[in-house]
Amino acid sequence: MKPGLTVGETLRAHGVTRRGFLKYCAAITSLMALPPSSLKAVAAALEAARRPSVIWLSFQECTGCTESLTRSADATIEELIFNAISLDYHHTLQAASGAAAEAAREQAMHENYGNYLLIVDGSIPIADAGYSTIAGISNRDMLLETAAGAAAIVSVGTCAAFGGIPAARPNPTGAVPVSELITDKPIINVPGCPPIPVVITGVLVQYLTFGLPDLDAQGRPLAFYGQSIHDRCYRRPFYDKGLFADSFDDEGAKKGWCLYKLGCRGPTTYNACATAKWNNGTSFPIESGHPCLGCSEPDFWDTGSFYHALSTPTEAIGEAAVYAAGGGLLIGAAVGAVHQRHKRKAIESHRKVSLDDIDEGAAK
Amino acid sequence: MSERVVVDPITRIEGHLRIEAQMDGNRINQAWSSGTMVRGIEIILRGRDPRDAWAFAQRICGVCTLVHGLASVRAVENALDYPIPPNAQLIRNLMIAAQYVHDHVMHFYHLHALDWVDVVSALSADPNATSQLAQSISNYPKSSPGYFSDTRKKLKEFVDSGQLGIFSNAYWGHPAYRLSPEANLMAVSHYLEALAWQRDVARLHAIFGGRNPHPNFVVGGVPCPIDLNSDSAINSKRLSQVQSIIDSMRSFVDQVYLPDTLAIAGFYKDWSTRGEGTGNFMTYGDFPAEGMDDPGSFLIPAGIILNRDISQVHELDMHAADQIQEYVAHSWYDYRDGKQAGLHPYAGETELNYTGPKPPYAHLNVEESYSWMKAPRWKGKSMEVGPLARVLMLYATGHDQARELVDSTLRQLELPVTALFSTLGRTAARTLETKIIADMMQTWQDNLVANIRRGDTRTFNEGLWEPSSWPKEARGVGFMEAPRGALAHWIVIKDQKIDNYQAVVPSTWNAGPRDPQGQPGPYEAALQDNHVLHDPQQPIEILRTIHSFDPCIACAVHLTDPDGKEMLKVKVL
Repeated sequence: MKPGLTVGETLRAHGVTRRGFLKYCAAITSLMALPPSSLKAVAAALEAARRPSVIWLSFQECTGCTESLTRSADATIEELIFNAISLDYHHTLQAASGAAAEAAREQAMHENYGNYLLIVDGSIPIADAGYSTIAGISNRDMLLETAAGAAAIVSVGTCAAFGGIPAARPNPTGAVPVSELITDKPIINVPGCPPIPVVITGVLVQYLTFGLPDLDAQGRPLAFYGQSIHDRCYRRPFYDKGLFADSFDDEGAKKGWCLYKLGCRGPTTYNACATAKWNNGTSFPIESGHPCLGCSEPDFWDTGSFYHALSTPTEAIGEAAVYAAGGGLLIGAAVGAVHQRHKRKAIESHRKVSLDDIDEGAAK
Repeated sequence: MSERVVVDPITRIEGHLRIEAQMDGNRINQAWSSGTMVRGIEIILRGRDPRDAWAFAQRICGVCTLVHGLASVRAVENALDYPIPPNAQLIRNLMIAAQYVHDHVMHFYHLHALDWVDVVSALSADPNATSQLAQSISNYPKSSPGYFSDTRKKLKEFVDSGQLGIFSNAYWGHPAYRLSPEANLMAVSHYLEALAWQRDVARLHAIFGGRNPHPNFVVGGVPCPIDLNSDSAINSKRLSQVQSIIDSMRSFVDQVYLPDTLAIAGFYKDWSTRGEGTGNFMTYGDFPAEGMDDPGSFLIPAGIILNRDISQVHELDMHAADQIQEYVAHSWYDYRDGKQAGLHPYAGETELNYTGPKPPYAHLNVEESYSWMKAPRWKGKSMEVGPLARVLMLYATGHDQARELVDSTLRQLELPVTALFSTLGRTAARTLETKIIADMMQTWQDNLVANIRRGDTRTFNEGLWEPSSWPKEARGVGFMEAPRGALAHWIVIKDQKIDNYQAVVPSTWNAGPRDPQGQPGPYEAALQDNHVLHDPQQPIEILRTIHSFDPCIACAVHLTDPDGKEMLKVKVL
C-alpha cells in the first residue's frame, strides 16, 4: 500500500474480500448499537479514511484501561492499529522509548495538527507539577500542549473522565479530570474502572465513522451508557419478585437472584456491562456473583461501602423510596421513569445486524 | 567523553519510569532509576471499610490487575484470622496462576520482544525458511509457509503505508539486533498470535471474577458460588471453559513461548554476562495447597538467597522490625527521624516532599532525592524479587521440575550456571516459571472438581463478614508472589475501619533508588554491570536490561502525602 491509501484499499491489498470487509463493518455496526441501515455509512466511512493519527497520553493511571483495550474482541486491537488508526504514541505499546518516543509524539502532532484524536487515560495532578512527569514535562503541560492540536479528546477510564481513584478522598495529589483543564475541545468520556473492552473500541470506531457521538449529561456516549445496568440485568426479574441473595454463598447467590442487598449499584450505574458483557461476552461482575461497584459513575469511590445496599442514592431514587421498598418495584419504576427516553432510544438501536443485512447493504 | 544518557519515558512497561546513566566513554558507569508519578492510594484507603480495601488496592495496577486485590483480602483475613473454604483457595490459585501465564507471555511478546526482534528485518524473511525454522523448534500447528507468508505480506503493507504507528521511530536496523530475518518474522507472527491468545485466556478471570482487567474478589472467599444445578453459578459448563483455557495456556507455553525464548536466547548469549542485579534474592512464597497459614504447603517457598549462594536459604520474618525496612534518603519523602532512618512497614511513615527540579527539567539531581519510590532493604541489603528469585528458590529447595528445566535450558544454550545471574537469565527464568505454574493449574482444577464431586461446594465463609464480629483492633499482613515478585500489604484495623495501610511491592524492591549507604537498587546495579552502549542516542542496551525486570511503576510509587500535613502522616504502632 502506498501512503495515503484508504482503509478499504488497504484491506483489499491485504487480501480481505468485500464480504469480509462488510462483516467487519457489520460487527462494528452491531457493536455500536446502530440500526442495520447504518452499515453502508460505516463501510463508506472506513473505506474513505486514511488511518487517522491517534496520540494516547497516560497520566495518573494503572494501565488497566490499556489492558482492557487489548481484550476487545470486536474490533480487536490488531484490527484497530493495523487497519483503522495510526497509534502514533502510546507508552505501553510503542516500540520507541525516551527521546525517540517523544519525537514520535511531536511528529504526529506536527503532521496532523488540528486533525488527530487525543486519547487520555489517568487523571492529572495539579497540586504540584512534580507529582507526575514524563520526559521531565508535567502532565498538565503535556496535556495542554497535545490537546491544542487535537480534533477531539477521548477520556478513557474513570480517572481521565472524572478524576477516578487518585481524586478519591482526600485527593492527595489534587488530581483532576481532563475536562477540568481543557474546555475548548469536544471531549468524549468513556468511564469505567476500566471501561469495557468493546466499549473503548466501539466509541473509537463510532467517532471515526460518524464523528462525535451523542452524549449524556456526564459526557458519555448514549450508545453504551444510555441504560442502567439494572434495567438490562438478567437478574432483574428476581428483583421485581423480591428475591435477593443475602450472602455470597447462600441459596439466592447460587440461584442467581438479585444482588441488591449485597450492595449492587446496578440501579444507579449507566454502562453496558449487562448487554455487551466482558471478555468476549464471557460474563460480567453480577453474573459472576459480585455486586456492581458502579465504576462508570463519577465519585463512585466516595459513596460509601460497596457492600451496603444502595449506598448511592441519586435524584432518581430518593432515600425514602430506597428504604420503603421492600421489594423492588418502587425503585425500578422510579429509575425507569426518569430514563424512559434513553431506554426507548436504546431499544430501537439494539437490533443486531444479520448476514442478510450485510448482503442487502452490499447490494446497495 | 562523559555524558549523561536519559531515557524517559521508558516505554513498553507499566507506569512512568526514567533512567539516567552517567557514561564513561561508551560504558555505563553509574545509573539511576526514578519513578516519576504518585497517586496516594494508601492515604485514600484510610478510614474506609476494610472489606472494600481490595477494590482500591487493586487499582494500584491494572497490568498486575488482580495481585493487589488478592494481597488486600489476604491482609484483612490475616488480621481477622478469617479462614476461607478450600474451594476459594483453589479458585484464587487458578486466578493467580492465570495472571502469571497471561502476564508473562504478554510481557515477553508485547513489552520485551521488540528489544530483541527487528520488525523491519522480518520483511526480508523467506517464508519457507521461516516455516522450517519454526517446525524445527516446535510442533505448533501455525507454522506453514503460507502462514508466515501472510504475516509478512500484512507487515509489508503496513510498513509501506508510511504510517508506522506503534512501530515508528524505534531502533530498527541497530546492529544490536542479531536475529535472522526468519527468526524475526517468526517472532513478529507470534507477537500477533499472542495478542489474540491473551484475549481468549483472560476469560478465566471473567468466569470467576466477572471481568478482566480488575476481576472481583471478596474477603472471606470468592464471590462466585458453585452449583451444578444453576445456570448462574460455577457449573459444569463453566468448569469446562476453565479446562479449555488451561489447555490453551499450557499448549501456548509449551509450543510457542518456551521454544521462542530458547531460540531467541541462542542469538544473544552475550547477554548472559551482564545485567546482574545485586546477587541477593527474596521470595515471600505463594500458591498454598492447604491455606495461607501453612507455608509448608506452598508451591513457591519463602526465603532469602544472599550473594548468589543457593546452597543456603535464609529465613525471612515479615513481622520483625529489623528485617524489612524502607529508606527515603534518595526519595521525595521525609521521615520524622531524618532521611537516614529505615522503617519497618508496621512503623512506616509517608510524608511527601518533592524537592526535584522544577518541570520541565533535563536532569534529576541524583545526589539528593530523585524518585517517588522508596528503597526497601532486607537487613540493610538490596534484594531482587521476581521470576529469577523464584526459580532460584525452587532450585535451591529441590523442586524437581524447576531443576530439570533450568538444567536442560543451560545445557541447550551451552551456558554455565552463572548465566542465570544476568539479563538473559532473568528473562529465561520468567519463561521457565510460567511452564511450572501453567502445569500446576491442572492440579488445582482437578482438586476443585474432586471437591465438588465430593459434595463440597463452599466458596465463602460467612463467619466474620459482619464488622460487628471483629475485635476492636487488629492488624495483619497479606503477602503473595505477584508475577513481578514478592508483594505484601500491611493493614491496621481499628473500630471496623482501616486505621493504616502500607504496601511494599515488587517493583519498589527492584526499581527503588539508592539507600543511605549509597547501595543501588537492582535496576541500577544491573545497568552498572557491564553495559556498553553502541550508540548513546539509541540506548537499546538499557531497554533490554530494564525490561528484563518487567517494570511496573504504578505499583512501586503509590505512596503519597500532600503538603506534609500532620493528619496525613502514615504511622503504624
